[in-house]
Amino acid sequence: MRNEFVKELSLLAQEDPRVFAVLADNGLQVFDDYQGKFANQFLNLGIAEANLVGVSAGMASCGFIPFAYTILPFLTMRAYEFIRDDVCYQNQNVKLAAIGAGFTYSTLGPTHHGTEDIGLVRALPNLTIFSPADPMETRKVTRAAYEIDGPVYLRIGKGKDPVVYEADYDFVVGKGVVLSEGSHLTIVSTGSMVSECKHAVALLASEGISAQLVNFHTLKPFDADLLVKCAKKTGVILVAEDHATQGGLGGLVAETLMHHRAGNVAFHNIGLRDKFAEGYGSVMEMRKLNGLDALSVAMAAKNLLRSAK
Amino acid sequence: MVDTTVQSLSPSPTAYAQRLRRDILAMAHHGGGAHIAPAYSIIDILAILYSEFLNLTPTNQDSNDRDRFILSKGHGCAALYAILADRGFFPRAELKRYCRPDGILGGHPDMTHVPGVEASTGSLGHGFVFATGVAYGLKMLKNSARVFSVVGDGECQEGSIWEASLLAGNLGLENFVGILDYNKLQGMGEVETISGLRPATEKWKSFGWGVREIDGHNTDAIRSAFKEVPFEDGKPSMIVAHTIKGKGISFMEGKTIWHYKLPKGEDMKRACAELGIEGSIEGVLP
Repeated sequence: MRNEFVKELSLLAQEDPRVFAVLADNGLQVFDDYQGKFANQFLNLGIAEANLVGVSAGMASCGFIPFAYTILPFLTMRAYEFIRDDVCYQNQNVKLAAIGAGFTYSTLGPTHHGTEDIGLVRALPNLTIFSPADPMETRKVTRAAYEIDGPVYLRIGKGKDPVVYEADYDFVVGKGVVLSEGSHLTIVSTGSMVSECKHAVALLASEGISAQLVNFHTLKPFDADLLVKCAKKTGVILVAEDHATQGGLGGLVAETLMHHRAGNVAFHNIGLRDKFAEGYGSVMEMRKLNGLDALSVAMAAKNLLRSAK
Repeated sequence: MVDTTVQSLSPSPTAYAQRLRRDILAMAHHGGGAHIAPAYSIIDILAILYSEFLNLTPTNQDSNDRDRFILSKGHGCAALYAILADRGFFPRAELKRYCRPDGILGGHPDMTHVPGVEASTGSLGHGFVFATGVAYGLKMLKNSARVFSVVGDGECQEGSIWEASLLAGNLGLENFVGILDYNKLQGMGEVETISGLRPATEKWKSFGWGVREIDGHNTDAIRSAFKEVPFEDGKPSMIVAHTIKGKGISFMEGKTIWHYKLPKGEDMKRACAELGIEGSIEGVLP
């Protein structure tokens, strides 16, 4: 996804001289082409995340549209208060590109995982939050971020993310996408976990279970209407995410259902339940180790359906 | 609504700063408390900066060509409010509504509500970083506007100040002028005994800045420092201003306890007398 992000950013930089890539020394190779073409719209300010966010906010106040880019926990967690005070509170036109959503930096350990960020950024006023599911959607949210006049958070995977969308589709900010219609339950997901859920839907189908799959590429504003519609249709909601089960998409879904008096559903969410991700390996292997591969999602769906009866 | 006539009436810098000190005390009185002492250490500097050097007025405040002033030690905002009111960014009467539900002025500066405030500060170590970004942005725009930012000495215990100092030196931000409010006191005591900054000048010099030490209450010294920035070609400038916390009210000067404390009763009478307030503190603001 990060390659697609940089490709779209290059197009934006070409179109608009206000677009500016600000890096904190992460982006070797990925930004080579961009840096070569847009040297005057590029700054690697060093390994200093408070600077990354605060300097970007100052630049935005002069009319630039900075895309502050680094690995997710360093950006979102180390510099959180700068995101809050300098970007969101002041409503500065800064785009926060957080790379390595979930455990897409799969072998580097929990210091490099982004598994608590949704809970953190969801609490911030003025912030739009995108969580794209695949490379094409990453390009769409990157452009959408540029078009929004205000703070935007991009929760982006690292690389080799599988394709979710086989064909182009109409992307609308704040609108979820139904990837498959189903009647027995709804599986809700976001980011690169969506592709895993797609496989789970296929596994369930082979056992005669019809699962509706919904991708929420925008977490704020959230498409409550679509969620409520799915809840009313299937009565069973399973959320699967590469994030802590507290404060993530599961929490967002649960509170949205309650707010809309649609809480009368069987609900479960899977993710990291009060623990850091375990083990090392590829992203797929990490999902398996942490109970988030397609088989685990399908299993959770069946358990939920059983308990709902 | 905006009164732009008052600025030309500034008397001598010392008398001007003294008048602003009276407004600050009155504002604190009406609001029921404020960081008075941290405002008094910087008011002489701000009075000269705003009245003689800063290209910033209510009429050009939305232009990208304006000079910027960013108060990184946001708790000194009483000084900023007094000066912005005096220079017509909002009516002086607004100072009377400080920290009240019907007013726009809070305990820390808010750029979303207060005309003339560039950055919402209060959490230490933010404004100076933001100012670095503004200076870099202006440089990339080839805009000749300058950026001034006051940082507190205690505030320099925040790591982000050094992230920004390192970066500004490396980027050669000649349009950036930092002002260290070196009053030697912080929230709980003396800076030197808590986590000292000495030698401050050498620190910024080694980070690639041009540095000058001045007496932050001496009109001529302040004026000549602002006149002579940048101190070195191709480098940001740091004015290390030796100041006195609470300067102007004798019993507040250099006393930690007055970091956030409103004089009452006899103390208030004495403060008024020392600042030349005739009659009651109630009558200072319109």
